[in-house]
Amino acid sequence: MSAETTEANCSKTRNPFTGVEADAVSVRVDGLSKKFGDLAVLRNISFDVKPGEIFVIMGPSGSGKSVLLRHIAGLEAPTSGTVAVDGLDPTLEETRDRVRLALVFQEGALFNSLSVYDNLALYPREHRSGNEMAISERVMHALKILSVEKSANQFPSELSGGMKKRVSIARALVMEPQLLLYDEPTSELDPVMGATISEIIATLKNEYSVTSIVVTHDRDLALTISNRVGILMAGKLISLGTPGELRKSQEPRIVDFLNPKIDIEHPRFKQLETPENP
Amino acid sequence: MKQINAVLEGAGSMVMLLLRAGSYAGSLPRQWARFVEQCYLIGYTTLPIVTILSFFIGTVLALEAGYSMEGFGAKEFIGSLVGLSMARELGPMMTSVLLAGRVGSAITAELASMKVYHEVDALTTMNIPPAKILVLPRLAAVLVMMPVLIVFANIVGWFGGSVVARYVSSVGISSESYFAALRHYTKFKDVMNGMAKAEVFGFVVVLVCCNIGLNTRGGPREIGAAVTRAVVTSLILILILDYFVTKLLM
Repeated sequence: MSAETTEANCSKTRNPFTGVEADAVSVRVDGLSKKFGDLAVLRNISFDVKPGEIFVIMGPSGSGKSVLLRHIAGLEAPTSGTVAVDGLDPTLEETRDRVRLALVFQEGALFNSLSVYDNLALYPREHRSGNEMAISERVMHALKILSVEKSANQFPSELSGGMKKRVSIARALVMEPQLLLYDEPTSELDPVMGATISEIIATLKNEYSVTSIVVTHDRDLALTISNRVGILMAGKLISLGTPGELRKSQEPRIVDFLNPKIDIEHPRFKQLETPENP
Repeated sequence: MKQINAVLEGAGSMVMLLLRAGSYAGSLPRQWARFVEQCYLIGYTTLPIVTILSFFIGTVLALEAGYSMEGFGAKEFIGSLVGLSMARELGPMMTSVLLAGRVGSAITAELASMKVYHEVDALTTMNIPPAKILVLPRLAAVLVMMPVLIVFANIVGWFGGSVVARYVSSVGISSESYFAALRHYTKFKDVMNGMAKAEVFGFVVVLVCCNIGLNTRGGPREIGAAVTRAVVTSLILILILDYFVTKLLM
């Protein structure tokens, strides 16, 4: 399912539970830099994400992708530059009051002391979104969308990695998000589960037009589901375009990143040879 | 200089956490279940160890008092010494030390683990302030449970002293004269004084432990370091505050 052809032109997010439409939100990152001590992790990054778009940030491990996502989620403050979600500073509590923003963490970040059901029910309960019966319907609906309704009474420690990811997405969905952020949604998953998660992300976007930002180093995921892709290397955004533009790119770093070649004749592989294993 | 900065930073972040938690005080009735759970953890699960500790503090006090007061024929006053020592100082102090070691360490370990495994970040993105659901119920619970623990510690400690006074031959005074001296010299004000101390110590222990837990950064190894830091900081603060609160209440 290529989202390349279905350009992001929706500006309304549809609530998966009530069907009510709300404005999808945009994200603007302008001149963002982040330093931890003397270490520059992000360097002067700028891009816009349109309402209802799936924007993928790709890059090798350690390139600063997750730190960038944490800035958009309001969990980190920039050293310089700005991040705006629907024109507002995401680090402020008032912004989170106005814009429903959900982050699917790499390891799930499910609350270990709560059951799967209570993990999902926590947000509507705390924000007084209906009575317990309405909350129950909403939670079970979200679990059903992600096909994990049978795990409602289990605890996170009893779930596999793929199940945790799906529960984590379901928890995000219960928040009726206008902006959904995914941190490495397919990492540590087998290819089948990875494909299932990719389908879920694309479905959420197509069905509910949620603005989505996905951070990944999974090339297949990035080129399959995204409207646009940004490539981050060593804290710098080196490329920004549609998956088609990216495939056609002749920039050596992008070509190398998208089509990694293993040279088994390289001296470092020769060193691994032993008399028993020539 | 670096250490002074760290101390000031820690104090500042503790005050900020207290203000943030305080600003959600109105939400406490809606957090009844969390509050009761914390009361159970802070109060009920601490009772057995408080009982053992207080009983033996009372016995040692009576034993030492018997030995030292025998020289000037004042053994009848053992009850007053045990009564006042338990109520004004040892009850609140030792219960708070226990609280730091048993409950405080558990609080820091739990919150530090939630922080390291991004559960606290998840709460933040869900617009559920960690100070509201992780800190406020614990602070409220310790305020409610500390007086209960202190009353219990005092009674058990006094009883421990009476057992030694009555049955250890080197002390050998009757229970009647032990409790008569205790009642005569230990006033209600002394018990309240100890309770006030315990409230301050308990509140500070929980606040320190929550703050250190929520400010843990790094990996699982940092959780252990945070627990050690929280317990040591709590113990130092109990001792320092003990002087100032005692002076203030005199």
